[in-house]
Amino acid sequence: MHSPPPAARPAVSWLFRMAWRDSRRSRARLLLFMASIVLGIAALVGINSFGDNLARSINDQARELLGADLVLSANQPFARTLEPRLRGLGVARVQEVAFASLVEFRPGRGVRLAQVRARSGGFFYGDWETEPRSAAQQFGRAGTAPGALVDDVLLTQFGAKVGDSVQVGRIILPITGRVLKTPGQSGFASAVAPTVFIPQALVVGTGLVQRGSRVQYRRSYQFAPGTDVDAVVKTLQVQLDQADIDADTVAGRQKQVGRSFADLTRYLSLVAFVALLLGCVGVASAVNLYVREKLAAVAVLRCLGASGRQALLIYLIQTAGLGLVGAVLGAALGAAVQSVLPRVLGDFLPVAITMSVSWPAVLMGLATGLLMAVLFALLPLLSIRRVSPLRVLRVAFEDDTSAPDPIRGVVLGVIGLFILGFAYNQTHSWKLTLGFGAGLLVAFAALAGMGRLLMWLVRRFFPAGWGYVWRQGLANLYRPQNQTLTLVTSVGLGTFLLATLFLTQALLLGRVQLASQGSQANLVLFDIQSEQLAGVKSLLTSQQLPVLLQVPIVTMRLTAINGRSTTALKKDTTTGIPPWVLSREYRVTYRDSLNASEKLLQGTAPTRGPDGTPLISVESGYLERAKLKLGDTLDFNVQGAPLRTIVGGTRELDRSRVEPSFLVVFPAGVLEQAPQFHVLLTRTSTTAALATVQQNLVQQFPNVSAIDLGLILSTVEDILGKISFVVRFMAGFSILTGLLVLSSSVVISRYQRVRESVLLRTLGASRQQILRITLVEYGLLGLLASLAGIGLAVLAAWALAIWVFEVGFGPAVLPLLGLAALVTALTAGIGLFNSRDVLRRSPLEVLRAEG
Amino acid sequence: MSILRVDNLTKTYASAGHELTVLQAVSFELQPADTFAIVGPSGSGKTTLLGLCAGLDRATSGSVWLNGIQLDNLSEDQRAAVRNQHVGFIFQNFQLLPTLTALENVLVPLELRGQRGAAKTALALLDRVGLADRAQHYPAQLSGGEQQRVSLARAFANRPALLFADEPTGNLDPDTSERVVSLLFDLNREAGTTLVLVTHDLDLAARTQRTLRLRGGAVLADYANIAHAQPNA
Repeated sequence: MHSPPPAARPAVSWLFRMAWRDSRRSRARLLLFMASIVLGIAALVGINSFGDNLARSINDQARELLGADLVLSANQPFARTLEPRLRGLGVARVQEVAFASLVEFRPGRGVRLAQVRARSGGFFYGDWETEPRSAAQQFGRAGTAPGALVDDVLLTQFGAKVGDSVQVGRIILPITGRVLKTPGQSGFASAVAPTVFIPQALVVGTGLVQRGSRVQYRRSYQFAPGTDVDAVVKTLQVQLDQADIDADTVAGRQKQVGRSFADLTRYLSLVAFVALLLGCVGVASAVNLYVREKLAAVAVLRCLGASGRQALLIYLIQTAGLGLVGAVLGAALGAAVQSVLPRVLGDFLPVAITMSVSWPAVLMGLATGLLMAVLFALLPLLSIRRVSPLRVLRVAFEDDTSAPDPIRGVVLGVIGLFILGFAYNQTHSWKLTLGFGAGLLVAFAALAGMGRLLMWLVRRFFPAGWGYVWRQGLANLYRPQNQTLTLVTSVGLGTFLLATLFLTQALLLGRVQLASQGSQANLVLFDIQSEQLAGVKSLLTSQQLPVLLQVPIVTMRLTAINGRSTTALKKDTTTGIPPWVLSREYRVTYRDSLNASEKLLQGTAPTRGPDGTPLISVESGYLERAKLKLGDTLDFNVQGAPLRTIVGGTRELDRSRVEPSFLVVFPAGVLEQAPQFHVLLTRTSTTAALATVQQNLVQQFPNVSAIDLGLILSTVEDILGKISFVVRFMAGFSILTGLLVLSSSVVISRYQRVRESVLLRTLGASRQQILRITLVEYGLLGLLASLAGIGLAVLAAWALAIWVFEVGFGPAVLPLLGLAALVTALTAGIGLFNSRDVLRRSPLEVLRAEG
Repeated sequence: MSILRVDNLTKTYASAGHELTVLQAVSFELQPADTFAIVGPSGSGKTTLLGLCAGLDRATSGSVWLNGIQLDNLSEDQRAAVRNQHVGFIFQNFQLLPTLTALENVLVPLELRGQRGAAKTALALLDRVGLADRAQHYPAQLSGGEQQRVSLARAFANRPALLFADEPTGNLDPDTSERVVSLLFDLNREAGTTLVLVTHDLDLAARTQRTLRLRGGAVLADYANIAHAQPNA
């Protein structure tokens, strides 16, 4: 007896040759399958390349971001004792006092809350761009007539121009320049808090800086080139900490800004990754159908002596090769996409970006895309190993490829690990990584479940009595080699992303709009001094405006918890108490009861204990984060006077109401004599009334500020619009990928269905009938996919509404139906478009062409 | 040593909850250069027997020795290596790879073995079957007879010890059939290959030295063909 010969060992080049030869008639088609990954890779490369460019630009322009080498800032004037040390810092310095205030534009008499920055000079670094250019150069210079530089956003809003004047508090200044760009301030920041620059010398004259006003005091320093600013700050750190002064250096700003934008690009690249995954699902599905076509050829190869591994390698090389082509196309497109991103993200960016192709990003995108495509393609390709050569003898051979394959499980595991690894690399958080993985799993499982349910329902309740066209179209949904699962998943996921975006945006806007409706307050007046209270109230009354709520506010600092000083607690890293709890300025109010927007959770409402100690009420989330419990003592410094309190109860806040909310509420009878200011809430029914109140306030009580909720609403809408544009742009890759997957699915099913359509036409079916069958099939698929995606999005938005935003949920039905109609029409349209060949040509011509 | 030994070969399938025996205790032995026909009506087990003899499938019981190698316990990949080294195939529906040219189809078994000068051998074989000028044509561009001749060239490319032919003329008209059969026997004689021919064409079977007649999976008869006795003599 002889032993079996060793396995045939052809040269590796033969595997490549066979892969090339075998792909001859399918290259265009295979490339279309691989096109599914192009957009995902493009999005990934685009975002990561942009992220690299942004990081580099931030590094290059860090000094411009800060506008100085060092900025010191505090909530109170710098302590006099520090002055000798501070005076010796740097070679030049600029002082700034910043606060929010109503400003009035003349002669238009428009009033708006703005950020006032009173500076003793310009910025040391970066472009402070103004119109005219000389305005920035002359700002604060001795001998120059005082004037204000006003943000372009404000001037545009009120139709004001250089030469007009602006009233800030008690002073009226000519507008000497329009500010187009301020170092370190993005367009986004300007929209939220537009700025008016005035000379620092005038700040006292405005009368706006008073007791209780929220004011930031800043000093910017320029150092001699080569100075180690961080080392200088280190020597001052203890004194700065004691004086509650924050130090911001170029290196610190670089790190902070770089980190937040790295986070942004990382999260956006997760959205891109979803598009890539979607494309990979399309690849797997297309390769699955391709493999079924190739079973006969594989059986012949096996018959001629090729091993299962060799046969698998031939097709793996083929798909990987085309995957590489797809990945390269994607990377090239990505390099183009990144040049669009600065325009998409423009308003959010703090620096001007210099664009160049980031090769690490390109290589990473190529590798990620190719690896994912190959892994997903491997799932169907694995069955090639098990193709029996007996297929060459028997056409209807029993299914040799359907038995469970443990390697398939391994590949699925690798895909899962890769996805989690990628998500972790982007988020650096296991919680978010697992959330992302679970979210994907749920979305994919839910959509695939819907697809299966549809197939089951159609089969189970098949309408045998319906016309032929309907029966044929419906049967196509569950017949062997159907595309139902793939299309419902890919098109459904795209629709899900779009619908979720729409619903979440509507939720956020709805929440803000809710606040501005009905009898709720729409104008908040704050920084009212006690002696001004009666006057402001009578101003409102004279205009027939109600005082909906009046709240006194006292500022204080926490000095100890349960007798341990905050200084000691700050040093003890084991307490788990966040630093802001220990160092923030507390703005508290006092009353003996809870109001309508508060709910008692534990203990009592604010009251005084038997010994007169105040039993304060704290917000429930604050209690948890500050690691407090009922009965704990909190020592406060109320503007110089020490005060011990006991945590007597906790409250939950309804934040959707327009009311000042407080972490800490004192009982009445404790703080009445403390320095305080007041907030008044009112409601104006017309914009004219609103303008009148604001103008009167500026005239009579210039330090009192007013927040117009209508303006807030439009600002929020504007911000959400900008954010949603960015997300929509990214989600667009998923939608387009879904459509590409749809196209390739339709094209491959055309190859499968062509014989059947030809047979039908040979048997007498008209083109119209074939067209209607196709329309029914793809129309139903599109309808189901869109409804599944929308259903999932409604569930997700409902969960967000209930658990995150804590508001009622009632989705707008009409736009969602519109979206469903659009997706259905697109799916049916692409289905028909790709089947046009079969419809247009004669049966014989098609049969010959398909070989 | 016999080139093919089949010993008590039985094949059963599980079908609709009960066992279906498609081949029952078949035994025979062939010597090098023998020509052998397996005949029988449809469903008699001819193709099943051919599949088992060529190592395309496993028997439920019994053994197959091919060129001294017992196939029963070999893995599918080991049997693939045996096929590549010792076996050639011809099929009723030609089974050419549609995306490969005629020449590339003939090259496959040679390239699989990593043989040097494969192209020269393949071209010589195509020339032998009269298709040297069609070497760069794809199967779809060839007639049925031409495709079967390419298939013949491929079958002899690796100089097999055994050639299995499954209804080689089943898809051809009589004239083309005759040309292909002549070529088959000529090539077989030249190469000294053992030929196992599955057919229900009794005239074709009669051109071999010996016929095994099957019915219902069992051997009905095993006899020498008198008219063509000693065809190689």
